[in-house]
Amino acid sequence: MGLKQNLHKLKEKYKGTKMAPAFNALHTFLYTPNETTHSGSHVRAADDLKRTMNTVIMALIPCLIFGIFNAGYQHYAAIDNTLRLDPLGNFFTWDNFILGAWTVLPLVIVSYVVGLGVEFIFAIIKGHEVEEGYLVTGMLVPLIVPIDIPLWMLAVAVIFGVVIGKEVFGGTGMNILNPALTIRAFLFFAYPTWMSGDKVWVHGAKEMAGQPDAISGETILGSLAQNHEPVYSMWDSFWGFIPGSVGETSTFLILIGALFLIFTKIGSWRIMLSAVLGALAMGLIFNGVVDAGWIKDGSSFYGLMSETFWHHLIIGGLAFGIVYMATDPVTASQTNKGKWIYGFLIGFISVLIRVFNPAYPEGVMLAILLLNVFAPTIDHYVVRGNIKKRMKRLKAKTA
Amino acid sequence: MGLLSKKDSKLILDPLADNNPITIQVLGICSALAITAQLKASIVMAISVIFVLGIGNVVISLMRNIIPSKIRIIVQLVVVAALVIIVDQVLKAFAYELSKELSVFIGLIITNCIIMGRFEAFALGNGPWRSFLDGIGNAAGYGIILIIVGFFRELLGSGTLLGFKVLGDPISKTGLYAIGYENNGFMLLSPMALIVIGIIIWVQRSRNKALIEE
Repeated sequence: MGLKQNLHKLKEKYKGTKMAPAFNALHTFLYTPNETTHSGSHVRAADDLKRTMNTVIMALIPCLIFGIFNAGYQHYAAIDNTLRLDPLGNFFTWDNFILGAWTVLPLVIVSYVVGLGVEFIFAIIKGHEVEEGYLVTGMLVPLIVPIDIPLWMLAVAVIFGVVIGKEVFGGTGMNILNPALTIRAFLFFAYPTWMSGDKVWVHGAKEMAGQPDAISGETILGSLAQNHEPVYSMWDSFWGFIPGSVGETSTFLILIGALFLIFTKIGSWRIMLSAVLGALAMGLIFNGVVDAGWIKDGSSFYGLMSETFWHHLIIGGLAFGIVYMATDPVTASQTNKGKWIYGFLIGFISVLIRVFNPAYPEGVMLAILLLNVFAPTIDHYVVRGNIKKRMKRLKAKTA
Repeated sequence: MGLLSKKDSKLILDPLADNNPITIQVLGICSALAITAQLKASIVMAISVIFVLGIGNVVISLMRNIIPSKIRIIVQLVVVAALVIIVDQVLKAFAYELSKELSVFIGLIITNCIIMGRFEAFALGNGPWRSFLDGIGNAAGYGIILIIVGFFRELLGSGTLLGFKVLGDPISKTGLYAIGYENNGFMLLSPMALIVIGIIIWVQRSRNKALIEE
């Protein structure tokens, strides 16, 4: 008897009991359900919620694999700086992969086990089917945290993010804030020493601090915020051979993921494009301010302000946030015009926070959370504006 | 029959749970968010409000028939202000450090909606003894939530309770800290107080479904 029959039998056995949602979820996750609907309209589409989520996960897999290699590479390169001379040659090695897998996979496992555990418990208590919302969140979370974050902290944050960020609002599809970013924001405010600074981005940097063989793992943003010249070139940053959160370093792979999402029509190109434009606009404004001579070399904002405007897209987590998290269909604006405004403000505010608040070197998290809150308001005014316009047209016609 | 009649004891007991000023009426939230980072401050705040509301309700109740209704708000304000100044001065005299910590929030008891609310809703229409019980009850209901929130925020945020290091020493790494535990800095920020209160409301309403509004 195959797995499918077994699952089906289990499902039948627990039908109508409290545990039913858990078995239903397992069954439908792996196989198409064998029941058909009995009433109502039958609109058939292959891209249900589970397939949508899986598509996003597929778009994230390259980032995850790259992140695994990068975790190892950053660790070894920090110890032996000569490795950086030939990043490509020293990147895809077994050593890197084994160390990276050893550090990254536990993050993925904890994220999924804890998050899905909470989802299952809530589904059983509330008596509804398990919702698929956590599939993407669970993959995003390990990609946006520093490599050495203690697993219990991650677990606490995941519980907080899923319960307070999602379940209290009514579960998947009802949440106001992006759950993955809620989890990251929780970590950021609860355990700041593990989430920022120059010691958290490279595996082992924290333990070795203060010893003779201490390694530094400053990110480009961190260097710029302190007016240091970053040690990495823009090409390093584009390909992703830099320290940072686990999966967000490679702008190249994010770009591929973005094309994949746009091609499959899962991610909104309007949001991505307008967010890029917003970031460029803010970057240009800052460049203009520097060029006009209003900000002197010694100012604490000089480093980030004078950075060439398009570099902002490549450094830090901006690209990752825009492509994978700003486009979250639940928390983004729903109207097309609203998406332009929503995206533009995300890019704009991300760079603004980045430059003006050195305590939060990565502004994209806060910018997306802020705009998540405003998305319904934006939609409201877009819809109202449309109604007004059409009323006017109607009046002109009848008059 | 105990010390209080059934009706009177309801005045005290109701606000403690099923008609709690914070979790049910959602009043007095500001101070609950602001001063609950430490348990000690929460307790002092709770006692202060019990004092102000208990005495204030009696005073207003005694004067209820001679206050012209047009200026009753001003009269109420004068009464609260006088009581709050007494509390403030007592704290400054006997617990100076703590009064500095609570700073402006003792003065802001004046603006605590629970106090004006009870004056308006109860003391103006009831005798002094019942007003006194109502004042004590409501202030205690407020205080209980403050102390619960303060307990969790201090325990999880600073790892202490009333200043005692109950979870061990974070610097020399004893107790829980030896196995890698760390304090949750988010607990010390006001948004987390709001979330803790939200969780209390959640727990309370899921235990007593009658409280859920449509």
